[in-house]
Amino acid sequence: MFGSITSEMILAILPEISLLLLIAIVFIADLVLPTKRRSLLASITSAGLALTILITVLYARPNGSSQLLWGGMLNHDWLAFVSKLIFLTTALFVTFFAANWKGIWQKGEFYVLLLTSTMGMTLVSSASDLIMLFLAIEMVSIPLYLLAGFLVDDDRSTEAGFKYLLFGAMTTAVMLYGFSLLFGFSGHTGFAEIGAAIGAGQIPTLALAGTSILILVGFGFKVSMAPLHFWAPDVYEGSPTPITTFLSTASKAAGFVALVRIMIAVFPAVQAEWTSFVAIAAALTMTIGNLIALSQTNIKRLLAYSSIAHAGYALLGVAAASVLGVTSVIYYFLAYVATNLAAFGVIMIASQTLKSDEIADYAGLSRRSPTLALFMLIAFLSLAGVPPLGGFIAKVLVFAAAVQADMIWLAVVGVLNAIIGIYYYLIVLKVVYLYDSDKKDQPIPSTRLQKGALIVSVLLIIFLGTFFAPWYDLALNGAAGLF
Amino acid sequence: MDLPILSIIVFLPIVSGFALLLFPSERRDLIYRFALAVAFICFVLSIAVYIGFDIEGARFQFIEKYDWLPDLGISYHVGVDGISTPLVLLTGIVIFTGVIISQRIDDRPREFFAFLFILASGVFGVFVALDLFGLFFFYEIAVFPMYLLIALWGWKETREYAAMKLTLYLFIGSVVALVGALAMYFEAGIGSFDMLALEQINFSLGFQQLWFPFVYLGFAVLGGIFPFHNWSPDGHVAAPTAVSMFHAGVLMKLGAFAALRVGILLMPEGAAYHFPWIIALTLVNVVYGAFIAMNQTDLKYMIGFSSVSHMGLVALGFATLTYDGFVGASLQMVSHGVMTALFFAVVGMIYDQSHTRQIPELGGLMKVMPFAGVAFIIGGLVSMGMPGFSGFIAEFPIFMGAWASYPLVAILAVVSIVITAAYVLRAVGGVFFGDIPENIKDHMHDITASEKLALSILAVVLVGVGVLPGVMVPMVESGVAWMSALLGGL
Repeated sequence: MFGSITSEMILAILPEISLLLLIAIVFIADLVLPTKRRSLLASITSAGLALTILITVLYARPNGSSQLLWGGMLNHDWLAFVSKLIFLTTALFVTFFAANWKGIWQKGEFYVLLLTSTMGMTLVSSASDLIMLFLAIEMVSIPLYLLAGFLVDDDRSTEAGFKYLLFGAMTTAVMLYGFSLLFGFSGHTGFAEIGAAIGAGQIPTLALAGTSILILVGFGFKVSMAPLHFWAPDVYEGSPTPITTFLSTASKAAGFVALVRIMIAVFPAVQAEWTSFVAIAAALTMTIGNLIALSQTNIKRLLAYSSIAHAGYALLGVAAASVLGVTSVIYYFLAYVATNLAAFGVIMIASQTLKSDEIADYAGLSRRSPTLALFMLIAFLSLAGVPPLGGFIAKVLVFAAAVQADMIWLAVVGVLNAIIGIYYYLIVLKVVYLYDSDKKDQPIPSTRLQKGALIVSVLLIIFLGTFFAPWYDLALNGAAGLF
Repeated sequence: MDLPILSIIVFLPIVSGFALLLFPSERRDLIYRFALAVAFICFVLSIAVYIGFDIEGARFQFIEKYDWLPDLGISYHVGVDGISTPLVLLTGIVIFTGVIISQRIDDRPREFFAFLFILASGVFGVFVALDLFGLFFFYEIAVFPMYLLIALWGWKETREYAAMKLTLYLFIGSVVALVGALAMYFEAGIGSFDMLALEQINFSLGFQQLWFPFVYLGFAVLGGIFPFHNWSPDGHVAAPTAVSMFHAGVLMKLGAFAALRVGILLMPEGAAYHFPWIIALTLVNVVYGAFIAMNQTDLKYMIGFSSVSHMGLVALGFATLTYDGFVGASLQMVSHGVMTALFFAVVGMIYDQSHTRQIPELGGLMKVMPFAGVAFIIGGLVSMGMPGFSGFIAEFPIFMGAWASYPLVAILAVVSIVITAAYVLRAVGGVFFGDIPENIKDHMHDITASEKLALSILAVVLVGVGVLPGVMVPMVESGVAWMSALLGGL
């Protein structure tokens, strides 16, 4: 059905091929390595991921406009390219940070599941066919359900995994129903063909608007859009922190990429309807996320609500449904992923010594480890949207997109939410910097790799906030391919 | 001149701030010396800009322009005019004197100076920015270090509350203004954030009437405009001395300056439409601020509310939309900045020794620290607008401008001078004359030589501008003349 396989088609899926090989290698290594040499698994995984990133940059770069390959299943364009880099980098960082994490880091299953999910994400980002998209989404989600419940001895982790599975399965069903309606109405599964059929006026508007809402519900769950956000805090809190990191960064970004791609390609005919739905959802998501974050005492829960709020900001860009809007969403995720990697990185390192995720236990961190505290300061200020950090530019861009789309009320809701955000981020920083603890003489150790990963992510945050032209161009390329 | 002097001024502090964080924390001497050296270089460079500025020359000088994000028309575009040059000098003075008197910071001095320098970069950046995006960028850089500086090194009683209040007020103001700025960007439709280009756009009257209050008041929050002034005295009081100096001396000017640059210059018709009611707010600032200052027994609160009153005069001067008002307001920004920095420096020195700021608990300090006493009195005379001091040079044109446009406002505003005289003289009398109370007598001693140096620099500026107005007034007038031409006459 693909005709002859050309070198172009192979190059486009080179990252996936590389990941698949890596999965196989880790799987075999897990079988043959003796127990005490299991720490090699982390090295193999990170080396393989680094190699995959290199391969992606060198060979899987799209040239010029977007290309539909593999019988229209995959779209080889800049959006996919940028997203793949985000996912692969995140997986790499998570592997670094997970080092020494009790109960997971010497288990081959952890790496295999992580890599499988990452591979699913790379496919999600380029899928341009309903069937491909659905399969890719399941490939992302099923390993994540397992990973969230990875610590079988820990009740909270098991609960997180099960909760995630139940919520996820239900919303996936709703989304699948939406897909089937689309196919039923149009007779096609490719985004472009469905878009054309809709453009030709084959489908009644009301049915179309309803379908778009069904699909939004499905993705809304993945990106923790209110009112489908309830799973996020419990799952984030219960999962092992490396998984929480992965969930809140890569998995969320994947949801947004697919959301943007399908909404823009398939539903331009009912744009007014779905954008107003997204706009309201964005306002709700930001507000609920931020308001509930105010009362959190657990840092993982706080970041869970903060990540809900951030999904709301990014939805602003989706609601704008313009080139600037999509650009801002991509930029938002570049900044947001770098920032959250740094924030969770600090938490992972700190919690191994603190043995706690309570914010109050972070008191005196600036005396116990000034460097770690400084990284936390930079990450949290970037989340708060303070220059010269990536989060500031990202926020300005999404607000600009909303203003450009004449949704000034939404931009105002957004900026007011940013203020609430500043409040609770500063409260955490206050605990870190101002309060003292009786353990202030005990340092907080970290491995060289963890420190290196933190430094890289912090530098990324600063670069994203100061020299933003190259990143913006990357995001713009990604966005322009959709229109 | 080929040297990118403004860029050096803007980036030297922030880069040094990050460099400081790499210093080993126990090398306190080294840290302090490094900070002092950086502050001194900033001071010298700001003097160089001031001297190098050619009054007869172009409107903006020392211009540098590079692409930053060409797709959206964002550029790194800096330059100074006759109004911002004195403000750059002011910032240089305050950062240098502020670092001098911060020698006794003993809790994490490395972080203290690092955050102070990040703040300084933000402030310099706003004064020189000619790009709307750049202005916001630096504006927010200037706001967030305040939180840490106050919360970590401030007065234990109120610091957490005051720091958070200040931060939230200022961020609300700035993000509201940001939405307005984005609206301007898209309305103009030229795809550029360059303020010089945006000045040429005649926004429709309806647009200006709608958006001017958001942009103007958003920034004016930082200028301490009534009813959004409440954060400011609390912040002054809670902040450590150098930060109070920076906060009242420079930071509040950012608000007034940005409100002028972005609000009045880009939307003059909106300004003309809304100023009749805004001027009433500024009048409340001036008179009400002075009355509250008179009721304070805490020296820092007194100065904090006097800042509200004096910053009200700045806003009032601009709100008259007259040539005289603009000149006076621009001068008042510098005069008040130096004067408040001097006040807070002296109060800091007194508090370090006596551990009280209550006027009734102090007295007779002229006997132990005559130098500080004289400096404080000079500041007081400036505050009262005495001829021969910079305060007179600044306030007189403001009242002239007010008289020309709103005589009633001028009459009411002048009342503040009398009240100011009352509380300043009472403070001078209570703190520096009479007998030293027994309980603090033993630990009062004269201030150190470096502290004297800091006070001298501040006092020299206040007297210098007062006696020789020619060193500053023509420069400011040149800046205002360009604005007048731009707005079609003031």
